[in-house]
Amino acid sequence: MKRFAQLIHELENSNKTNDKLAALVGYFSTANDKDKPYVIALFTGKKPRRPVSTALIREWATQLSQIPDWLFAESYHSVGDLSETIALILPPASKQTDKPLNQWITELAQLNGQTDEEKKTFILDAWDQLNTKERFIFNKLISGNFRIGISSKMLVNALAKQSDTDSSKIMHSIMGKWDPSEITYTELIEGVHVNTDSSWPYPFCLAYALEAEADNLGQPQEWQAEWKWDGIRGQIVKRNGELFIWSRGEELVTAQFPELSFLMDELPDGTVLDGEILSVKDGKVQPFSILQQRLNRKTISKNQLNEIPVGFFMYDLLEYKAKDVREQPLSERRALLEEITMQLKTKDIAVLSPVITYESWTELAEIRQESRAMNSEGIMLKKLTSAYHSGRKKGDWWKWKINPYTIDTVMIYAQKGSGRRANHFTDYTFAIRDGEQLITIAKAYSGLTDKEIKEVDSFVRKNAIEKFGPVRTVKPELVFEIAFEGIAISKRHKAGLALRFPRIARWRKDKIAAEINTLEDLRQLYTSTL
Amino acid sequence: MAIIEFTSKGIYCPQGRFYIDPWQPVDLAVTTHGHADHVKWGNKAYLCHDLTKPILKQRLGLDLPVETLPYGKQILINGVKVSLHPAGHVIGSAQIRLEYKGEICVVSGDYKVEYDGISTAFEPVRCHSFVSESTFGLPIYKWQPQQEIFKEISNWVSDNHDQQKTSVLIAYSLGKAQRLIKNLSAQCPIYVHSSIANLNEGLIKAGVDLPETIRITPEIKKETLQQGIVIVPPALADGKWMKSLQSAATGICSGWMQVRAGRRWRSADAGFALSDHADWQGLLQAIHETGAEKVYVTHGFVSPFTKYLNEIGITASEVQTRYGEEEEETAETVTNLKEA
Ligand SMILES: [Zn+2]
Ligand SMILES: [Zn+2]
Repeated sequence: MKRFAQLIHELENSNKTNDKLAALVGYFSTANDKDKPYVIALFTGKKPRRPVSTALIREWATQLSQIPDWLFAESYHSVGDLSETIALILPPASKQTDKPLNQWITELAQLNGQTDEEKKTFILDAWDQLNTKERFIFNKLISGNFRIGISSKMLVNALAKQSDTDSSKIMHSIMGKWDPSEITYTELIEGVHVNTDSSWPYPFCLAYALEAEADNLGQPQEWQAEWKWDGIRGQIVKRNGELFIWSRGEELVTAQFPELSFLMDELPDGTVLDGEILSVKDGKVQPFSILQQRLNRKTISKNQLNEIPVGFFMYDLLEYKAKDVREQPLSERRALLEEITMQLKTKDIAVLSPVITYESWTELAEIRQESRAMNSEGIMLKKLTSAYHSGRKKGDWWKWKINPYTIDTVMIYAQKGSGRRANHFTDYTFAIRDGEQLITIAKAYSGLTDKEIKEVDSFVRKNAIEKFGPVRTVKPELVFEIAFEGIAISKRHKAGLALRFPRIARWRKDKIAAEINTLEDLRQLYTSTL
Repeated sequence: MAIIEFTSKGIYCPQGRFYIDPWQPVDLAVTTHGHADHVKWGNKAYLCHDLTKPILKQRLGLDLPVETLPYGKQILINGVKVSLHPAGHVIGSAQIRLEYKGEICVVSGDYKVEYDGISTAFEPVRCHSFVSESTFGLPIYKWQPQQEIFKEISNWVSDNHDQQKTSVLIAYSLGKAQRLIKNLSAQCPIYVHSSIANLNEGLIKAGVDLPETIRITPEIKKETLQQGIVIVPPALADGKWMKSLQSAATGICSGWMQVRAGRRWRSADAGFALSDHADWQGLLQAIHETGAEKVYVTHGFVSPFTKYLNEIGITASEVQTRYGEEEEETAETVTNLKEA
């Protein structure tokens, strides 16, 4: 446990990716071999069954620390994390042990089925032999929610580096079915439980944003224009009778989209497609907010499959008849892609992403205005002679996005964050009008210059109406234009709507609070996206 | 007439006709310590501990009308017996003891009970009523012994040296900076920002024993800084100069670093829970030792701490003050210091 606690400490003691990577590589080079698969399982969200309920854990911690319930609640509110609150609030441990992580996890699993008294004895005894940092980890092990800002991508990169193995192989391996109590670290790295020879993906080709005028790109007929869809960019790999769907985050998402499983039977072996996973209903692409409801779920209900059916819009072909065709020009790849699509027996689910026909840049600019109505983010421009590059390369592919949505809001809260002691108020909450009321619509952090932040800061200090811990309620006076990418229905928000990627576009010093947008405006905007 | 009243200008002693740590200009400001939220510019006269005087002069101007007292010496102000007692918070910090017709009140300003080796150790003072801060008045705040924290900082510095990184510690110029200097100077040279250097000069002149440090000037090479430890106040933490340092590792020294969210939010590389305020147990211990019948709770977790005191049988009430932001030296104070 001590080595693992040290790893967590190192990961939290730097906000630089390279340091974190080095900490992980160091850990996997030196840690107890038996612990390693458990750590990989923890960091990739493989959850064991919860052996003790949150309510009990909380009750025992409150008892042990001899404080009233309300004070525990107050502390929890201030810390924002239950495992951490408990770790901080318990009396100091009376003994010290260094039981390996795998043993703690196994012992916790064995609590399932025992009586509450037996569980209590075990947990209290554990708390009494762990320091604050270790207790925090132990509490996280009970809850199973071990998220500490390590993406599976970063973990995979570290494992790849440590074992000198290709990272896509490792990703495939850890996304597969395995049990940390049955597999060794070496087996996991080698992927003995999966066939990693079939799954490996290509790096995605990415586009730069078009800042200049489209006219500067030369002749329109040298370019292929497509809609820029707002879904999950995906790569579909079919080899040796197996199908794999990779997301751009280089995670395997095959199981999340059963609608696409028919491709396993219908795509020829040795085919790799690039495209976008989208929610498509009656032939129309739905906004991202709809697709979002399908994401990151362990199981997908029949209802969801009916309500939010998913499709795949194909952009490109990377492998054809088991041959890498990325160096062939786009025009040739597109022709082969059309051929492959024709041969699919199941129609209307995996389809070609349409090519936009246009004569001039002016015409295309006009078509681009319709992007919103298509639930698209704008237009992609790809040179017909271009190869499929690895990553981002300037010149061949451009994304010509439409501008984000904007609304005018008024600032109602300002906060210095949970640490309470940063120099300035930099987190703001914004509201729109709902009749006579102001209703919270977004929180945003960035977007102001240092000078503006200082100005807002001094406004907050002079105009704070109430203090709630670190939060200041301020006079609703400052108007800000908030930019965002979309709207979704949200039960958690009082407004019933939530903004996607809200950020401060600018401070509207020219406007007064009476001029801000209303909830009705936003509802109309939402309806127009459906 | 009560011995103290809480007014819109600050804590007032009506019999003595003076204020303690007022936030609006008054005739006489009895001052607990030199942090910006406890002492403001513009009072007609100041009374503070001998060692707070150089701090006030640095911060508020050399022509400031300051009278001083050593710890423990009692004087009479309009019939009220006034004496200063160590608060252990920062150099020169004092609890103000007031006595009139047998009634004793202690206004503690900010305090910590652990001896930091540089500020005179906290001394409990028996009283009838006690005014206490509550900055860390929640049971999640339990400090580790300072030697352990310094060991942690020292290891961190060594790791940074190994990795060719510059160690930049972010600490308040009055209090934390001197503690770090005292405890880390044996390890390697310490480079301090001008605001800290100016303060140290004043303190050394007044007789405080501080190890030698080097003032950061534009001429000092970035590579030289890497060999040592750099200490800067929080106002500079996100500044241009910090960004110009290549491969700097930043470590914030503050009680708020006890909580992960506090560390994350400040986006430093490391956080060290080193504080000049009492932790939960420290607050309770100090309050018990005063034997006070009545406690007035100021800045911090005022509501929960007051509620808890009442539940354990100590009569307490919440008091609204303007204290509690001392540690947020604004960029302006820092520039003023530079010019001073
Ligand atoms: Zn202070
Ligand atoms: Zn204070």
